[in-house]
Amino acid sequence: MATQQTRSLARFMMAPSVVLLFVWMIVPLVITIWFSFQQYNPLNPIRDGFVGFSNYALFYSNPAFLQSILNTLILVISVLLITVIGGILLALLIDQPMWGQGIVRILVISPFFVMPPVAALVWKNMIMHPQYGVFADIARFFGAQPIDWFGQHPMTAIIIIVAWQWLPFATLILLTALQSLDGEQKEAAEMDGAGFISRFIYLTLPHMSRAITVVILIQTIFLLSVYAEILVTTNGGPGYASTNLPFLVYQKALLEFKIGQASAGGVIAVILANIVAFFAMRAVGKNLDK
Amino acid sequence: MARAVTTQHKTIATVAAWIVALLIFFPILYTIITSFKSEQEAIQGFALIPSGTFESYTEVQAQSGYFKFFFNSVLLSVGSTVLALLVAIPAAWSMAFSPTKRTKDILMWMLSTKMMPAVAVLFPIYLIFRDTGLLDSRIGLMVMLMLINLPIVVWMLYTYFREIPGEILEAARMDGASLWNEIIYVLTPMAVPGIASTMLLNIILAWNEAFWTIRLTTTEAAPLTAFISSFSSPQGLFWAKLSAASTLAIAPILIMGWFSQKQLVRGLTFGAVK
Repeated sequence: MATQQTRSLARFMMAPSVVLLFVWMIVPLVITIWFSFQQYNPLNPIRDGFVGFSNYALFYSNPAFLQSILNTLILVISVLLITVIGGILLALLIDQPMWGQGIVRILVISPFFVMPPVAALVWKNMIMHPQYGVFADIARFFGAQPIDWFGQHPMTAIIIIVAWQWLPFATLILLTALQSLDGEQKEAAEMDGAGFISRFIYLTLPHMSRAITVVILIQTIFLLSVYAEILVTTNGGPGYASTNLPFLVYQKALLEFKIGQASAGGVIAVILANIVAFFAMRAVGKNLDK
Repeated sequence: MARAVTTQHKTIATVAAWIVALLIFFPILYTIITSFKSEQEAIQGFALIPSGTFESYTEVQAQSGYFKFFFNSVLLSVGSTVLALLVAIPAAWSMAFSPTKRTKDILMWMLSTKMMPAVAVLFPIYLIFRDTGLLDSRIGLMVMLMLINLPIVVWMLYTYFREIPGEILEAARMDGASLWNEIIYVLTPMAVPGIASTMLLNIILAWNEAFWTIRLTTTEAAPLTAFISSFSSPQGLFWAKLSAASTLAIAPILIMGWFSQKQLVRGLTFGAVK
């Protein structure tokens, strides 16, 4: 029953959102692509000009580049593994009948609401500090040598912090999915003699598959661009040991003013994100059709 | 549920869940505890009972003008959310009630703009902000945060609006209601809960955004994310003050978050999990 009038009205109502997002997506991206083929240094404007693909070549030959791609992938995959598996286990636990379930939920979800700089600073200083941190206290209590987390295992430390922030999210989503599972179905399976493991594999897991897909998609979007956690803990170091792609681009652009190289890195980050997005969006699109 | 739950099973589950929950919550709890210690106590080793001094709180305000940052955080998160709602409500409304073949594609495309890594456009945005004088301005950052969250706002509103039965609108139309009457008397009352939920979730997301808020501000427009980050290179260990500042920075959002668990699930899963 959509008349010509309502259709044009609908277009008119959608226009601001679509135009804003389109401009926001296209304009900066085009500028970035343009700069990626330029030599440009705001501190040294004499040597500016078109340089072809040499920014990409420079960025590629920089040993920090491969390291940063690797670190980006390690961070995303490790955190996804920890939070999805941990989230499933935690959701199964919290779903059990218990006293004070509401408070348990509140305690578990809380880290998600902590802003990244606070999370990183609290872990850096009060938990993982090699001298005064709680981990160091625990290590000394057992007579062990405290670990210098950010000096010796910077990536592990950052993975722990980021996983702590995202585990609550995964748990909450998976718990919500779990609670929508039909109780009668569970009972029927139980009566048929299905044990806990087979009930989990054949009933619970398929039921949660959509929620798991969504958790992976959303987390990937945010994990590909982890920034504040690295800035306030290791600052990318030691060396480039904990530099991910976003952090490397930031360093090139705003600390070294190598705009051309930074833009080339930005374009690579877009390509990487698009590869991931392609698979993720397909999965979500399929799931949303149901 | 006819299944009898044994007390033993329930006790084990309760103990296990509480232990895990307290471990996860511990860093937050310890921050709150440390904020009530003196600087001396804070680095003296593990202790769960603070002396209960408020010294750190008063000092944080005295030394750094904490409340200016707090005020900026409130202004930016609420302001950007209201802006986003103004733009998104008409779009979501038309997509939910007069969907076309392309509606789903547009929604997916909007979501895909969230996939673009912020760093990829860091320098262009920095240039645009510098040349238009928006660097370190509240308006500029507000627009920025609005754009970042716009896809999620549209999506979330869309999933809420879609649940409003279209027949009611048709009935109102048949009774001769004009478009504006339709919006004011029929749609708004049914849409308000969804709009409120969307607002809540987006204030939380904007409050915690920690890339643009750090990079595009220096002093005037700097919110709490930028303020806390400046603690990363301290001239010594000021953990009690750091904890006091952190506690103040997370407390309002933590409390809002506790009340928005359901909306959070729905909003961040684009209605796929309810």
